[in-house]
Amino acid sequence: MEPNTPRTLPIQSTTFTKEVNAEIRRAAATGIYDIRGGGAKRKVPHFDDLVFLGASVSRYPLEGYRETCNTKVTLGTRYAKKPIELDIPITIAGMSFGALSGQAKEALGRGASAVGTSTTTGDGGMTLEERGHSSKLIYQYLPSRYGMNPDDLRKADAIEVVVGQGAKPGGGGMLLGQKISGRVAEMRTLPKGIDQRSACRHPDWTGPDDLEIKLLELREITNWEVPIYVKVGATRPYYDTALAVKSGADVVVLDGMQGGTAATQDVFIEHVGIPILAAIRPAVRALQDLGLHRRVQLIVSGGIRNGADVAKALALGADAAAIGTAALIALGDNDPKWEAEYQKLGTTAGAYDDWHEGQDPAGITTQDPNLAARLDPIDAGRRLRNYLKVMTLEAQTIARACGHNDLRNLEPEDLCALTVEAAAMAQVPLAGTEWYPGKPGTQY
Amino acid sequence: MLSYDLAAEGLRGLNEALQAQSADINQAHWDVINPKGSHAIAVGLDAPIDVTVHGSTGYYCGGMNKQANIRVKGSVGPGVCENMMSGKVVIEGDASQYAGATGHGGLLVIKGNASSRCGISMKGINIVVHGNIGHMSAFMAQAGNLVVCGDAGDALGDSLYEAHLFVRGSVKSLGADCVEKEIRPEHIAVLSDLLAQAESDAKPKEFKRYGSARKLYNFDVDSNTSY
Repeated sequence: MEPNTPRTLPIQSTTFTKEVNAEIRRAAATGIYDIRGGGAKRKVPHFDDLVFLGASVSRYPLEGYRETCNTKVTLGTRYAKKPIELDIPITIAGMSFGALSGQAKEALGRGASAVGTSTTTGDGGMTLEERGHSSKLIYQYLPSRYGMNPDDLRKADAIEVVVGQGAKPGGGGMLLGQKISGRVAEMRTLPKGIDQRSACRHPDWTGPDDLEIKLLELREITNWEVPIYVKVGATRPYYDTALAVKSGADVVVLDGMQGGTAATQDVFIEHVGIPILAAIRPAVRALQDLGLHRRVQLIVSGGIRNGADVAKALALGADAAAIGTAALIALGDNDPKWEAEYQKLGTTAGAYDDWHEGQDPAGITTQDPNLAARLDPIDAGRRLRNYLKVMTLEAQTIARACGHNDLRNLEPEDLCALTVEAAAMAQVPLAGTEWYPGKPGTQY
Repeated sequence: MLSYDLAAEGLRGLNEALQAQSADINQAHWDVINPKGSHAIAVGLDAPIDVTVHGSTGYYCGGMNKQANIRVKGSVGPGVCENMMSGKVVIEGDASQYAGATGHGGLLVIKGNASSRCGISMKGINIVVHGNIGHMSAFMAQAGNLVVCGDAGDALGDSLYEAHLFVRGSVKSLGADCVEKEIRPEHIAVLSDLLAQAESDAKPKEFKRYGSARKLYNFDVDSNTSY
C-alpha cells in the first residue's frame, strides 16, 4: 500500500467495549464471576425520563414558602395496632451490620431519627447500636434468619419479611470472609472468615398460602401490634403485590434493579429484575384492583436520589420511598476526599463498589476497626439528616408547584414522559401528546 | 391445670394468655383441647410452663419457643418449633416439613417420623427423631445436633456448617460437602444425654456421625459442580 493511501480509522466495538473486554480477561484469569456491591450501573429508563407539569392556567400552584404541604405518612394501617407514623415519606432501606460497620449503622439511625423517619436492619440481626439510635426501627425477617430471635422481633417497630430485593431478585445474601469478623460470625452462628452465602428462599414456607400462615405466626408472637411489610424485588410487580396483599401484608416494599446490595454477582445485578420506573404502576394497579390502594401502603426503592425522584414515585402511586445507596453517599461513601486510597484499590471515587472486600476507605462498608473508626457517626448522621431534609424540601417544592398541599396528592396526571419507553413504563403521556404506549383505546 | 378449648375460645386468646405467663406465672400447667389442626399454637412463649396440646396441629406449633415445655399428643404440621430458642417440645406423632427450622436452642423430640428439611438452617437446637427423616434434612445446618434413630432421606446435610448429625439407620445419600466422620467419646456422651432426654432406648454406639467436610466454606472455582 502506498504510504499516503487513506486508511480506515480504528473502530472500537460498541459490543465488545473496553469494559467488556476487561471483564472477559479478568474472568479468564481468575475463573470466578465478578462480585460487587451496589445496584445496576448501566443506563435504564428512570425517573429522569419523567417531568412534572407545573401549574399554570388550568391549575393553580401553592405558595412555596407560605402554604403548607404535608409530608407525613402512616404505614401499617391495615392490621397493626401501632402503625408507624413517619414525618417524611423517605425511609432508610435494609442494610446489615456486617455489610456496614457499627458506626455506619449508628449514623443511619441518628440521621433518620432526626427527621422522624425509620431505619431498617438487614441480614444478621439487630444490633444495640441501631436499636439505640433509631427511634423507628424495622426488623428484617430474612431467609437466612441469621441472628433472628423473638426478643429482637418484639423490640421492632415493624417487621419486614424479605422475599427478595431489586439487586438480586431470586438470589440470597452474600457476605465474604473478609467481613465475617468475630462479632459478625457470633451474631450469625457461623465460623469466622467463611464466605457466607445466605439462602434465597425462606426455610419454613413456600408460596403465598404458606406466607399467609407465616404472617399469622409473626402477628401472634408480636400481639398484632406492629405492621408487617413484605419486600419483593421488582420482577412481576402486579402479581407479587397482589399475592403479598393476599398473604396479609400491611405494607408492600418494591425494590427496583437500581437498588443496591452489599455483594452479589455483577451479572445478577445487571441482568435480573426491572427498573423501579416500570414496576410502580403495575403494583399500584394490583392494590387498586383489590380495593386496597392507600390502605396497604407501597414503599418503592431503587435509585432514589433526590426530591424529584421521591415526588415522581409518589405521583405514580407510592406512599413512600426508601433509600440505601444514596444514604451511604450522604454518610461519605465514595467521597472524592479518599481518591488516593481508591486509586490504590484500583478504582476511583464514585466507582468504588468492592464493598464485599471490606477495605472501604470511607469506613462504611467494612468491619476493619481502623477503617470504621474514620466515620464519625454523629457527623455522618448530621449529613444524612441534612440530605433527607433537602430531599423533602425538593419534593414539597414540586408538589406545591403542581398545586398540592400533601405530597401524596401528587398523581400521574402531574407527569409526562420524555421518552416513549418511559411513557410506556410509567403509563403517563409522552410530552406534548396525550398518548402513551398501551393506553386503553389506542394502538401502538 | 387449666383447660383451654381452642375451637371455642380462639387462637388469639390462647397465645395472649400463654405469652402473659412470661411476666407473672400464675398458671404453670395448660391443657389445650380441640386444636383441630390450627396454625401457630403456643408461639412466642417465654416462661417455664407446661403446655399439653391434645390433638394434631397445623403450621408453626411452638414457634420461637423460649423456656416452655410443650407436648403435642398428636402430629404437627410444617415448621414445628421454628426458630426455637430454649425449652423442650415433644411431638408424640409425626412432623411435617421444616421441623425445628433455624432453631437456636432447646430440644425438639419427634416420636414419629419427620418429613423433608428437618433441621434446615438449625443454629444450635437439638433435635431427636425416633423414626425416619425426609430429604434435604439439615440443609445449611449451622450448629446443634440432629439425632435420627431411623433412616435419613436424600441429600442429608447439604451445604452443612458446624452442626452434628447422628443417624442410626441408613442414609439414602449425603448432600454437598457432608461426609461421615469419626464418632469419638465426646460425641457418645452428647448422644447418650440427648437420647435419655428424648426417652429413646437407642444405643449411642449404633449411630454414625456426619458433618461438614468444610470444602465449600470459601469460594473455589473448581467447586461449581458440587452444588
